[in-house]
Amino acid sequence: MKTIQVFDPAMCCSSGVCGVDVDQQLIGFSADVDWAKQNGAKIERFNLAQQPMDFANNKVVRDFLERSGQEALPLILLDGEFALAGRYPNRTELSRWAGIVAITEVAPAGGCCSGGKCC
Amino acid sequence: MKFLDQPPRFLFFTGKGGVGKTSIACATAIQLAEAGKRVLLVSTDPASNVGQVFGVTIGNNITPVPAVQNLAALEIDPQAAAQLYRDRIVGPVRGILPDAVVKGIEEQLSGACTTEIAAFDEFTSLLIDSPLTAGYDHIIFDTAPTGHTIRLLQLPGAWSGFLEEGKGDASCLGPLAGLEKQREQYKAAVDALADGKRTRLILVARAQQSTLREVARTHEELAGIGLKQQYLVINGILPKVEADNDDLAAAIYKREQAALHAIPEVLKSLPQDNVILKPFDLVGLDPLRQLLVDTAYHAQVKKSSPIELDKPSLSKLVDGIAEDGHGLVMTMGKGGVGKTTIAAAVAVELAHRGLPVLLTTSDPAAHLSDTLNGALDNLTVSRIDPHEETERYRQHVLETKGSKLDAHGRALLEEDLRSPCTEEIAVFQAFSRIIREAGKKFVVMDTAPTGHTLLLLDATGAYHREVTRQMGKTNLHFTTPMMQLQDPKQTKILIVTLAEKTPVLEAANLQSDLRRAGIEPWAWVINNSVAATVTNSPLLHQRALNELVEINAVEQDYSKRYAVVAMLKDEPVGVARLLELAGSNN
Repeated sequence: MKTIQVFDPAMCCSSGVCGVDVDQQLIGFSADVDWAKQNGAKIERFNLAQQPMDFANNKVVRDFLERSGQEALPLILLDGEFALAGRYPNRTELSRWAGIVAITEVAPAGGCCSGGKCC
Repeated sequence: MKFLDQPPRFLFFTGKGGVGKTSIACATAIQLAEAGKRVLLVSTDPASNVGQVFGVTIGNNITPVPAVQNLAALEIDPQAAAQLYRDRIVGPVRGILPDAVVKGIEEQLSGACTTEIAAFDEFTSLLIDSPLTAGYDHIIFDTAPTGHTIRLLQLPGAWSGFLEEGKGDASCLGPLAGLEKQREQYKAAVDALADGKRTRLILVARAQQSTLREVARTHEELAGIGLKQQYLVINGILPKVEADNDDLAAAIYKREQAALHAIPEVLKSLPQDNVILKPFDLVGLDPLRQLLVDTAYHAQVKKSSPIELDKPSLSKLVDGIAEDGHGLVMTMGKGGVGKTTIAAAVAVELAHRGLPVLLTTSDPAAHLSDTLNGALDNLTVSRIDPHEETERYRQHVLETKGSKLDAHGRALLEEDLRSPCTEEIAVFQAFSRIIREAGKKFVVMDTAPTGHTLLLLDATGAYHREVTRQMGKTNLHFTTPMMQLQDPKQTKILIVTLAEKTPVLEAANLQSDLRRAGIEPWAWVINNSVAATVTNSPLLHQRALNELVEINAVEQDYSKRYAVVAMLKDEPVGVARLLELAGSNN
């Protein structure tokens, strides 16, 4: 089982309640994470505002921040290696990484893109 | 004084800045200590003069007060507590993560919530049984935690997997993640607060309608979470004798008595004490001893020569605003300083000069906007209802985010949505729709986002996206509200305050918060000044002398560009009185 690590941008909460608008992406992703965990996936999330040490102690993450800045978050690592950045993974990607054999792979609402950042 | 009758162990004084909480807390501490009780006085006032009052330096360690037997004091600086907390989180990554990233994290932790929670954390150790406090019969606080904080701490969802695992969803409790105390300690502290045998809450107010309304809200909120042992103290009431030979004093007396008669229903059942305005400064032991004593009043103040205040009027400030022909003007300040009135006066002044003006207020009473609508040709008035905006935002969040949560998570989200930040964001969203009008005419508003909110919204880029979305798919160049607010040509922020120590300090905090966001306030407005009037009342004269100190402090330390607005005999409603207000000390 591979471990998925999600490095979130600095948010005062992972619900995004404090933002200008509730980020639909975050809501969808939180639900996907719950779903994947129930299916046995190992997923950890880190919030830059609350757990900055976890960012600092990880060379991949630290170098990424150095190079691309915090605007480029979120960053997703798979067993410590770069998997995705700049957007949250969709359910299909999560299942593939976590090795979940889903009976039905439902495409997330939003169609071709994982919501928000559009194609 | 009723609130001093058989006091329990913990006494909390609460009320907005400048009502005299610290003075009354000091006077209470002296009285109890001199009655032979062992007393600890805890001040969280950022302008704490407790040390000065007792002639001893007090800091964040319990310090005996030599002048009063049995009394010790402690000063907690909530800002410093929050800073300490930030350092603890950010310190280890400074120099490791890029500077911009570190700055972003610090901003996340610079909100009012962090300060409040950090201060509560400091309280905690004083509210639980410990060797630290065992020697005291009474512990007196000159502040109280808000209902929002206490409710959050009471929610089971706040704790599940949050403090225990160190990872969680709670936003407003976010700061607690970095605090060291255990759930049991917080629970014990909250229990002590809600226990009427151990805790008495004393609401401190002035005899002003708006202040009393606010106190009524605080009362209901705190009673709702179990703090039912409440007393009401109305401080600084002008004595009748003052009204006899001065018009302004007579008007103030009348207004105060009317406010006392119309006291909100929910406050009527509380034991109430009235404290008469004293003709002396509340510094030193003797004045404080007399504060809570109802001695027969004698006008002890010697009459000195009248004050001749030659300070710029609001009308003068408007000269500078009018020059550009259009732009955004925002008044900013704590509740009760008169933001709405000043915004209305600026709008009326501009419109009176033939300039096109849109005045937008969030004035809950609405009577001001009602009296101005259609009163001047160039003036349009609109109103934003903060409660409506916040409610709409809340519903939106609960429907989207909330639908996926379990009962505990939902309760926590609902509480997060009751935080002061939520209201600010919701209202500012509504305002940001109106801001765009300022390219063609003057837009005057009685609110502004804090620097913290702007930085948060800007940092995530969410703000920018939102604006882009609202602007539609036009290819026009546009600026974000942040850019607009940073440009003094486009936006002028007026900081409104009163010529009193705590309000000036609170205004200074607002200013540094804005500066953090790269926004320089354009000017300060010192409202409701007695020094700017002519008075025969010895008491008011004394107050005017005290005001001069604060007015000078504003000029020297905070803003070279400022105006002083005189206290009026009548409520400033309607065009004529607002014009008088703007130019009254020409």
